[in-house]
Amino acid sequence: MSFVSQFKAQAGEKTRDLRHRQFIRTALRGYETARDKRKGAFQSWESARQAAAETKWEAINHLDEHLVALTRQLEARGTKVHWASTGAQAREIIAQILRDKQARCIIKSKAMTSEEIHLNDALEKEGFTVVESDLGEFIVQLRHETPYHIVFPSMHLTRGEIRELFQRELGDAPSDTPEDLTMVARRVMRQKYITADVGFTGANFAIAETGMISITENEGNSRLTAALPKTMVTLIGIEKVLPRFADLALFLPMLATAGAGQPMTCYNTMYSGPRQPGEADGPEEWHVVLLDNRRTELLADTEQRDALHCIRCGACLNVCPIFRNVGGHTYGTTYSGPVGAVITPHLRGLQEWKHLSNASSLCGVCTEACPVKIDLHHHLLQNRRNASASQPAFLEKLAYKIFGIVANEPAFWSLAKKLGWLTQPLHDAVKGSALDPARAWTKTRDLPPMPRETFKDWWRKRMKAE
Amino acid sequence: MKKAETILNERDNILGRIREALKASAPLPGSHGGSHEHTPAGPPASHAREWLPAVGTSAAEQFELFARNAADLKADFQLLASREELKAALIKLRDAGKWQRIASHGGELTDFAGKSLGLPVTLTDRGYDVQEMEQCDAGITECDALIAQTGSVAVTSRSAGGRALSVLPPHHVVIARRDQLVADLPAAFARLQEKYAPDFPSMISFITGPSRTGDIERILVLGAHGPKKLTILCI
Ligand code: SF4
Repeated sequence: MSFVSQFKAQAGEKTRDLRHRQFIRTALRGYETARDKRKGAFQSWESARQAAAETKWEAINHLDEHLVALTRQLEARGTKVHWASTGAQAREIIAQILRDKQARCIIKSKAMTSEEIHLNDALEKEGFTVVESDLGEFIVQLRHETPYHIVFPSMHLTRGEIRELFQRELGDAPSDTPEDLTMVARRVMRQKYITADVGFTGANFAIAETGMISITENEGNSRLTAALPKTMVTLIGIEKVLPRFADLALFLPMLATAGAGQPMTCYNTMYSGPRQPGEADGPEEWHVVLLDNRRTELLADTEQRDALHCIRCGACLNVCPIFRNVGGHTYGTTYSGPVGAVITPHLRGLQEWKHLSNASSLCGVCTEACPVKIDLHHHLLQNRRNASASQPAFLEKLAYKIFGIVANEPAFWSLAKKLGWLTQPLHDAVKGSALDPARAWTKTRDLPPMPRETFKDWWRKRMKAE
Repeated sequence: MKKAETILNERDNILGRIREALKASAPLPGSHGGSHEHTPAGPPASHAREWLPAVGTSAAEQFELFARNAADLKADFQLLASREELKAALIKLRDAGKWQRIASHGGELTDFAGKSLGLPVTLTDRGYDVQEMEQCDAGITECDALIAQTGSVAVTSRSAGGRALSVLPPHHVVIARRDQLVADLPAAFARLQEKYAPDFPSMISFITGPSRTGDIERILVLGAHGPKKLTILCI
């Protein structure tokens, strides 16, 4: 099945699932209230957004200088920096580190870049044990599923479903309260941090000025992952740079507010090296893998370059009416929602993924929600333009050509109106069925009956009467 | 060997593609479609203070704000008048939590805490046994700053006994001095930069409340992987 028919089939199925819709809507209503309260606490959320957009613009439009500064400083403090052009190269670099270390068990904290390059599958195939430590990621890993949402991976599951899962997979689930279930995961994970050979993390920001990687999280799993195992590996997209240390004073609270309605996420941690002389603990070795994976192609598109400003907060997913109805898995992509629809065609092919940009009402709530002011709905439209420019839809073009001829000639036009009135009852007989050439449209829509008397007729009559 | 070489070379390939791409310039933020005007906001370093949540002007207001934020975050904040009060507060925590053993690091305030508590201590300064720390009932650390604006505590691997001490034991107790309170996030970053640059500790962490998760039905649970309790004692 092609990506588009898969999308259509799943979208139809999920949209009809009222329980799913209700569940997601309830979860996101709580988020909205909290986010609005936190946004309201800012003296000027709008100026903060503008500044964030300008800062990311500066970062992305001088990306080469920032990456050079970043790596120079990371390396000066003993960090090993690797560069990967493709997902396959990144997987190979990471697997090679694990082989060198003769590692068996890897404890992992949440990283969408690792989902992007399908890292877990590759490592498991090589015989490594990979344990996701973020609670939501742990749950979807047990279910052999991809994350439902880039920030809330397991938001589609009820406590009952999670209890059943824990009972089946772990043989431990005292009740279905979120509290008890969280403690089950805590117990399982504690020893893993201590015994794992390698700790793996993603990253939210990379600071060029000071040579640091910044990680944002709530649970403390990333803190432990970066503290206890002897070797640490961090995978980061090259677009994550920020120019200055002090920029974090703005980006950390904005990420928390836009992403989860929190004033600050529980742990915001900046790493500038492996364990340094005189420090009590920390990894002996730290490997940072910088990933391109077609980001430079997006960079080369000046019109859409600002899609690289994304800080993956998830705000645009949360507010998107399409996401809320079709759900995260329907997209079939690593990054879903509006931002996924914008960047996936660049990362994975325009013609195969253009349907995501068509699945939008262009209402623009995503653009308004975005903390770095990415003009998301403009880009959705731009993707549609690019798609039809590179592969024109001939039937559609032909239809418009004929329409143009008819609409330009008054005699054709009034004939068409009369014919429309005459033939409409015939269409009703086949409406929505396989015989209907316009069924994609008419299956779920009604065309109002065409009146026998057209506006022109009525006008002429009226003028005569006067 | 061949493979390692090709991978190493990707640095130049990636930088080359970036430089090639950047030869063409992109529209400024807010100018897509050519329609909407925008006024530049300026760099966060000098202006963020004007946009972030208000913090008040006096120290008293800021202590109050920190206390309010801590309460929202379900952290326990106590402003104490003297060493005697600090000692009493620690002993109260010890008895309430039935502590048997604590983990800590060398420092003027942490040494005082250790003496006040009279419990066996795992010190991290010269390396430590992880299993032993995992068994401790509390981790007691100093810090670099308290941030009124967000109720956060800034710790580093140098000031707070390494990376694990503030997250592995189930109860994290921070002992801070009054002059460590800063008004807002820009002030906290400035203070860290002043104190450490260019030789930063390998880890700097802003801790905002006890560890938490909302991954099950978006319902808040404390103590996901890190501490279930966070106490901030300020003298
Ligand atoms: S596009 Fe904007 S709103 Fe969407 S995830 Fe990225 S930063 Fe957040």
